[in-house]
Amino acid sequence: MTQSLAPHFKQPLLKTPFHERARALSQVDSFIPWAGYTTVDVFTTMEQEYFAIRNATTLYDLTPMVKYRVAGPDALPYLNRLVTRDIEKLGPDRVTYCVWCNDAGHLIDDGTVFRFGASEYRICTAERQIDWLLDSAIGFDVEVAEVTEHIAALAVQGPTSCAVLKALGLQGVEKIKPFEIGYFALGPHRLTVSRTGFTGDLGYELWMEPGSAEAVWDALMEAGRSRGIRAIGSQALNVARIEAGFLLPNVDFVSAEHTIRTGRDRSPLELGLGWLVDFHKGHFTGRRALLNEKIQGPRRQLVGLDIAGNKPAHNSLLYTDDGGKREVGSVTSAIWSPTCKRNIALAIVDAPHFRMGSTVWAEIYLNRELVWERRMSRAQVVERPFFAPERRRMTPPAEF
Amino acid sequence: MTVSAVPSRYDCVVIGAGHNGLVCAATLARAGRSVLVLEAGNQVGGAAVTREFAPGFRVSAGAHLLHLVPAQLLRELQLESHGLKWAARGMGTTALVPGGANLSLSHDGTVLGPSAADAQAYSIFRARMRRFAAALAPALSRSPPRLGTSEWADRLALLRVGWEIRRLGRRDMRELLRIGGMNVHDLLEENFESEALKGALGFDAVLGANFGPRSPGTVLTLLYRLAGESAAGDSGLSQPTGGMGALCNALAEAASAAGATVRTGATVATIVVDGDRAAGVVLQSGESIGARTVISSADPKTTFLRLLGSRHLDAGFVRRVSHIRSRGLAAKLHLALNRAPSFSGAGKASLRGRLLISPSLQHIELAYNHAKYGEFSSAPIMEVTVPTINDPTLAPTGQHVLSAIVQYAPYELKEGWQSGRHRFMETALEALEAYAPGLRSCVVGEELLTPVDLEHEFRTSGGHWHHGDLAFDQFLMVRPVPGAAQYRTPVDRLFLCGAGCHPGGGVMGVAGRNAARQVLTVDLKSA
Repeated sequence: MTQSLAPHFKQPLLKTPFHERARALSQVDSFIPWAGYTTVDVFTTMEQEYFAIRNATTLYDLTPMVKYRVAGPDALPYLNRLVTRDIEKLGPDRVTYCVWCNDAGHLIDDGTVFRFGASEYRICTAERQIDWLLDSAIGFDVEVAEVTEHIAALAVQGPTSCAVLKALGLQGVEKIKPFEIGYFALGPHRLTVSRTGFTGDLGYELWMEPGSAEAVWDALMEAGRSRGIRAIGSQALNVARIEAGFLLPNVDFVSAEHTIRTGRDRSPLELGLGWLVDFHKGHFTGRRALLNEKIQGPRRQLVGLDIAGNKPAHNSLLYTDDGGKREVGSVTSAIWSPTCKRNIALAIVDAPHFRMGSTVWAEIYLNRELVWERRMSRAQVVERPFFAPERRRMTPPAEF
Repeated sequence: MTVSAVPSRYDCVVIGAGHNGLVCAATLARAGRSVLVLEAGNQVGGAAVTREFAPGFRVSAGAHLLHLVPAQLLRELQLESHGLKWAARGMGTTALVPGGANLSLSHDGTVLGPSAADAQAYSIFRARMRRFAAALAPALSRSPPRLGTSEWADRLALLRVGWEIRRLGRRDMRELLRIGGMNVHDLLEENFESEALKGALGFDAVLGANFGPRSPGTVLTLLYRLAGESAAGDSGLSQPTGGMGALCNALAEAASAAGATVRTGATVATIVVDGDRAAGVVLQSGESIGARTVISSADPKTTFLRLLGSRHLDAGFVRRVSHIRSRGLAAKLHLALNRAPSFSGAGKASLRGRLLISPSLQHIELAYNHAKYGEFSSAPIMEVTVPTINDPTLAPTGQHVLSAIVQYAPYELKEGWQSGRHRFMETALEALEAYAPGLRSCVVGEELLTPVDLEHEFRTSGGHWHHGDLAFDQFLMVRPVPGAAQYRTPVDRLFLCGAGCHPGGGVMGVAGRNAARQVLTVDLKSA
């Protein structure tokens, strides 16, 4: 890759190896910056792209996802001290979802840890954080290096995605289980395929050398033609990820490395990610603080809300009563779910109102032809994910 | 030392038999704990040790003067009945000047040599600085308060510091706040005209520090030294008979008498952690020793990064520990002399005290400049003692030992100490020869300990004899780092008691005593 060698002041945003293909398909010229790259927000319309996620196959360029290679004799103890989950339980060629915290037990970021073969690992995450990863490496015989621009990545997601990959010629791709990794050759191109994704649906992520990017994109478009393949932007993905109950950094939480005000940090227990914290695996950064918090009980928690009506509760404050007297939290992400046909949201709610089944009231503002109306809507704390189809787990996936 | 019925598991294992480790051990043993002290070296003492450096010549290999051990601590541990004797107390200072027009400063505050105006200014300056030191002294004796807690003890401790400063009165308080953040160069320029006097007073602000007199915060380092002396009871510079090692031998006797066991030649390889609490140590020999409490007098970097290991600690904490500034800049020069040295303009009496080669502030600053760029000073500053004048037992009859702290000798010398050592020794000898003509002809043995040698011999990271710079950002509740400043560490039952803790380095022993008290307090709370 030579992109980063381009004078950065002349080109503040880099182009991913898929950029020319995306540019050609963009009908509304809607691009947004993401981690230093220009990426597509919407190709055609958000709705069209969203329904392709739930009904066909979609291509999403996730090259800007920050990637770190972790290798060396202490790679495993290093990762186990970094993240809250037990990486010792992560088998070869498997992936796991993790969070990592600062000393106070507050979330620095979430992401996935890939294990390739016996001893090489990769961390995929939203934010750049080489300083934290290197500080965490003090005292460990481990190499940590950013490899973001050396790897092109494409998410192939949707109910027909497995069929498309088979049509592409990836023999045996149907045998890959959720969170498993497989290796394939496509002509001269080497593909690493993981059954992972951000849609909560059946789907895969394809990792390749940047030089292979355009050829793989073209081959996928060809192979998926009869199965409704479509390139999607971030807007459609955002709807799918809220239905799946996944968190987005800087939307549902702010990294503890970036918060300025006290009380804005979030612990995994507060984000409802207590199941990712393994207190029995030995020490990890933030363990003592989290243990303390666990004993005391979290003061607030991120929960799913099912809200009356059909108006998304964007940025709503939450109250204990419809009079709006006592504030108990706020909404971080909200949509009308097209698949569930429910008005859903992710929200941070104070104790004890975050308990399953609790009722709170969302203050929703509606702009009706430039006239603002305020509506108090009843909201109930419900289970996440909101949408979890059987097909996301099935191995082999059903044919479509 | 009685070795009857040695338990396989102790209440307390203390790592390192330096003065702090021994004070801690003695205090804990006197409180009824079963205590084992493990020392890697072949004798107790750490950097407060007396050893032979040339056949028949012995010297205090690390620190060579005592001025910071609280009189109360000496009494409490009955060190004099355990063999501590004084060869000299209240020693004076002679500031050497090229040509021999030296100044002499005595323990009682008189100064001989400068102009009448400077002599008068000195008396006012000294009295004021001593008032400030006395106000700050109580903060040095106690465990530093924690910040951001709601506990009354912490708030009270902070209030007490404020109260002591307020009690100075309006004029003094205003002056203390004015000079507190200044550099010592500006302060001395305000007060004095004699270059030699300013050089001598500025010397104590930068001794053992990574500073020149124009570095910010050097008034504070000077006040800190004076506060330490004030807390110790202002008995001045002292020299124990038999060198600094005699202090630690007496401490070891006191600890043993109280029931502690002291083992030398026992190098700790790792601190054992079981269920997130310290549970003992494993020696390099493979022997493992169980303990309810482990207290380390090793420096914080050695304790946390080498003996404990970062995998037992949070990453942010490890980052803070690895950022402790602990690169030594002071070297130690030992000379065996076949006759008493003779310094120009300095009578035999002045050899009973210390001699400073620090003729002006400009001289110190220029010497420091080299160190900033990884070179040693071409005209170093020195604190010279001739311990055999007060204590002839250290050398064969009629012969003498010269012991000097030589600055600046950066730990990370650009050219490397392999080749730098010889050149620096030559430079130091030349500098001495200029003040003591004929000195080189009577040298019969010599030894130079660079910071790298000090690191190796005393097992201190960076060869820093304070276990970390004494500076505003490494004082009090941030010494050694937030999260370990009250002698406790993030790992339950692991404590620190060395010079890396508040109140810091110099042979003081307060860290060891405070740490022992902290252990006892925690025991009481968890009982």
